[in-house]
Amino acid sequence: MTQTLQLKINGSDLRLDLDDPRATLLDVLRERLGLTGTKKGCDRGQCGACTVLIDGRRVNACLALALSHDGAQITTIEGLARGEDLHPVQAAFIADDGFQCGFCTPGQIMSAVALIAEAEAGLDPERIREGMSGNLCRCAAYAGITEAVLDATRALALEEERAA
Amino acid sequence: MSAGKPLPHDAAPLHVTGEARYIDDLPTPRGTLHLAFGLSPAAHAEILSLDLAAVREAPGVVAVFGPDAFDPMPDCSPSVHDEPLLAQGVVHYLGQPMFLVVAESHLAARKAARLGRMELRERPAILTVDEALAAESRFEDGPVVWQKGDAAAAIAGAAQQIEGSIELGGQEHFYLEGQVALALPQEGGDMVVQSSTQHPTEIQHKVAHALHLPMSAVRVEVRRMGGGFGGKESQGNALAIACALAARATGRPCKMRYDRDDDMTITGKRHDLRIDYRAGFDAEGRLAGVEFRHLMRCGWSQDLSLPVADRAMLHADNAYHLPAVRIESHRLRTNTQSATAFRGFGGPQGMVGVERVMDHVAHQLGRDPLEVRRVNFYAARVDRPGGCLPPSPATGRAFFAGNPPPEDFRTLITPEDIFRQKMGGEDAEALRVLDAEEVDLTSRGAETFQHGEAPPAPEGVQTTPYHMPVEDFIGHELVGALAESADYARRRAEIAAWNAGNPILKRGIALTPVKFGISFTLTWLNQAGALVHLYQDGSVHLNHGGTEMGQGLFQKVAQVAAGVFGLEAEAEAVKITATDTGKVPNTSATAASSGSDLNGMAARIACETLRDRLAAMLAERHQAQAAEVRFAGGRVTVAGAEYSFAEVVGLAYQARISLSSTGYYRTPKIVWDRKKGEGRPFFYFAYGAAVSEVVIDTLTGENRLLRVDVLHDTGRSLNPALDIGQIEGGFVQGAGWLTTEELVWDGKGRLRTHAPSTYKIPACSDRPPVFNVALWGRDNPEDTVGRSKAVGEPPFMLGISVLMALSDAVAACGDGSVYPGLDGPATAERVLAAVGRQRG
Repeated sequence: MTQTLQLKINGSDLRLDLDDPRATLLDVLRERLGLTGTKKGCDRGQCGACTVLIDGRRVNACLALALSHDGAQITTIEGLARGEDLHPVQAAFIADDGFQCGFCTPGQIMSAVALIAEAEAGLDPERIREGMSGNLCRCAAYAGITEAVLDATRALALEEERAA
Repeated sequence: MSAGKPLPHDAAPLHVTGEARYIDDLPTPRGTLHLAFGLSPAAHAEILSLDLAAVREAPGVVAVFGPDAFDPMPDCSPSVHDEPLLAQGVVHYLGQPMFLVVAESHLAARKAARLGRMELRERPAILTVDEALAAESRFEDGPVVWQKGDAAAAIAGAAQQIEGSIELGGQEHFYLEGQVALALPQEGGDMVVQSSTQHPTEIQHKVAHALHLPMSAVRVEVRRMGGGFGGKESQGNALAIACALAARATGRPCKMRYDRDDDMTITGKRHDLRIDYRAGFDAEGRLAGVEFRHLMRCGWSQDLSLPVADRAMLHADNAYHLPAVRIESHRLRTNTQSATAFRGFGGPQGMVGVERVMDHVAHQLGRDPLEVRRVNFYAARVDRPGGCLPPSPATGRAFFAGNPPPEDFRTLITPEDIFRQKMGGEDAEALRVLDAEEVDLTSRGAETFQHGEAPPAPEGVQTTPYHMPVEDFIGHELVGALAESADYARRRAEIAAWNAGNPILKRGIALTPVKFGISFTLTWLNQAGALVHLYQDGSVHLNHGGTEMGQGLFQKVAQVAAGVFGLEAEAEAVKITATDTGKVPNTSATAASSGSDLNGMAARIACETLRDRLAAMLAERHQAQAAEVRFAGGRVTVAGAEYSFAEVVGLAYQARISLSSTGYYRTPKIVWDRKKGEGRPFFYFAYGAAVSEVVIDTLTGENRLLRVDVLHDTGRSLNPALDIGQIEGGFVQGAGWLTTEELVWDGKGRLRTHAPSTYKIPACSDRPPVFNVALWGRDNPEDTVGRSKAVGEPPFMLGISVLMALSDAVAACGDGSVYPGLDGPATAERVLAAVGRQRG
């Protein structure tokens, strides 16, 4: 039975017909919508490569049933940049060499955006490392990833200050 | 030159925006089909029947291929044609592909692949090295033995002896991007293959062979991999071959991607092994003789196991001069996944053996393991005309730990005739001309012995167990500098005092060195090509035979190329393009850390050819000498005139100068006779050292890495930012291998750790809170590109310091009478058991 699903993805409203109610959000993003920036690493919620934001919270898209998020706002790596300008987390990952092969990078960045928003880790490297430990990086660019989250946290705080 | 600048990865902006495309991200043509293998449920069994009717009837299935579908059965092996695409008659491991499903979707193919009904008669499965030894199940007729001097006599005659054994686990590559291939059928039966591979030429060869086409009819392209680590040197063959066969049969594009569980179940991993050792030494721990026995578990097919096992033997000395040594290597055949290349290619396994000996000797003598290591170091490098460069006083101080005067212990060796054994006793000479159609000459598995005379070691220079002179040893200075910067001695004393007051938590510290040989041991693989075009607008198009898997090879080579043209300031000046067998042929795998050494040099040569043509053209125009033409800062100057680079290229075009050039490089000096186990297999050695400090909980065995200090030799780094990334990443991956990454097979031969839920690679939180990495930035004494050194694999072995630090912490639980004997990976369970042995 075909089911209809509405999602706001990276700011655009989308209406989708799903033949299979068991389709994961990850497969919908990659295979239906061509948003291949979100990666399939393990397909069982353990590597973090498929991390996206659902209503601002970080979620493994491979374990999220698309239908159960009807009406949700989804942000993927493709929707993070602000026009031509990189999001501060994206810029920090380049500046701090927060990757090698790049395959886990979209998931790392989405996870970092949410971690900073959660405001639990602040500028404590130990808590940042814990907070990012759901996103595996086999190249082990963890030093750069931690630095990038620290730098981006500072940059975003500065932005907020200026806005206030 | 722009070489030397810490530029980010070439595709950095694409990676952070999700635009970087991996093969699974490429838009596929309409009608693309998807493939999945049906897998063997048994480790060793005779196939009595295979009923695929239900598979064929499953929704979305377009075609199903069983073992009878192909004649002859295509082969996936990179070495001796012992890997049929689908099992024939007998299955050799649990997870072996038995049939191939082609369906309209990935999911449909996977679901149908579960519906095969097979009747199997199980045979006893050989799962362990002990079972393999007992059954004489091995590759080659017997063990390979290399020796120097009389190790047994030297051990017997020494003041003290030790004897022991260490188990070392394998390692899953866990490249985040799993294996994947996409075959696109072309007109006239040709095939284009997109493959996530470190070895496009091998994919091309294997696909051409399977399709009965010349290699010229198959083109393989790879822009990037999501990690490789050796796991994509030969393990992608099956997917590419399957896709090409299905594409030919259906006339439609075919794509295959292993899901993570399938990937871990089907593909090979690092070789696990047991090392038995005996050593004799004096009161200072100076070794007189050592014996090693390597029991390598190679799995069901030969794959690259012979050169892997060779490299383990080639690193049995690590940084230590072994006056008398015997290394016996058993390459055992088991009913498990076929173990394959993994960063270090056997080197790490061989190296842990001698580091274990150092640790054990120090424990027996009650001495600081670092002092025992130092007294056994090779003699410091010597300065000779045309030889090595003198140490720079600016970096590190020379440290001579009372090494004995260098002596040459060169003796005749009696190696097994491994080539003859491998080839089943046929006349080796007759087989020296390999059949290029059948054998992939560019595979490390194609190994045969080679003739060549290595020059004898100069007088007074120490040699390795394989008789290569060690003339560039910098371990004394490097380790001295690291011990000082990491404050090793003071921290060691502090830890001892802290341990005395803490019964539950115990800390440990260890410093271990690395000396890693750089070059493919199959000498002819040490060659590379590049293709560079200049377009009339001055833009540069660069292609070479290396593949990008995150190591930053493309950026390094682009920096080298930009430097030649004086375009270093223009980041976009050099366009890096996908590796393509249609552009550079007969490439070697991007492996053995050789990527930038080989391809950087080939690209430099191509660019220099073009630059010289431009210079000659301008010189003629200005009545000047070509040598006076300067390329710098994006400008070209000659005889007072100045042009932009683009202007010069435009002039050259109008002057009808060829603006395209190939470059070709082959590594000099290397000679290796595998038959004799003798020669100079390596152009040079890369060095490094690490100090690791750990803490263990003696009630649970849990442990943490507290601090790591690394000093690593990259020569004159081509790109310090990328090199530091390689060093940190290599260290963490090496530490993971020896601590948390445990592969478990059950009694039926089923891999129980086939997903990240059970197989634990290091996470961000496992990275030590203090992690100091410094580069030993002295020039490579050998003439490499920019005087740099290879950096891909050597840092992996810095992780050995973590195992030795854990051993130190465990030893602190006892009174010094029992050696910890910690196996790898030193999981919490193993640490706890070792603590238990200390406390009786």
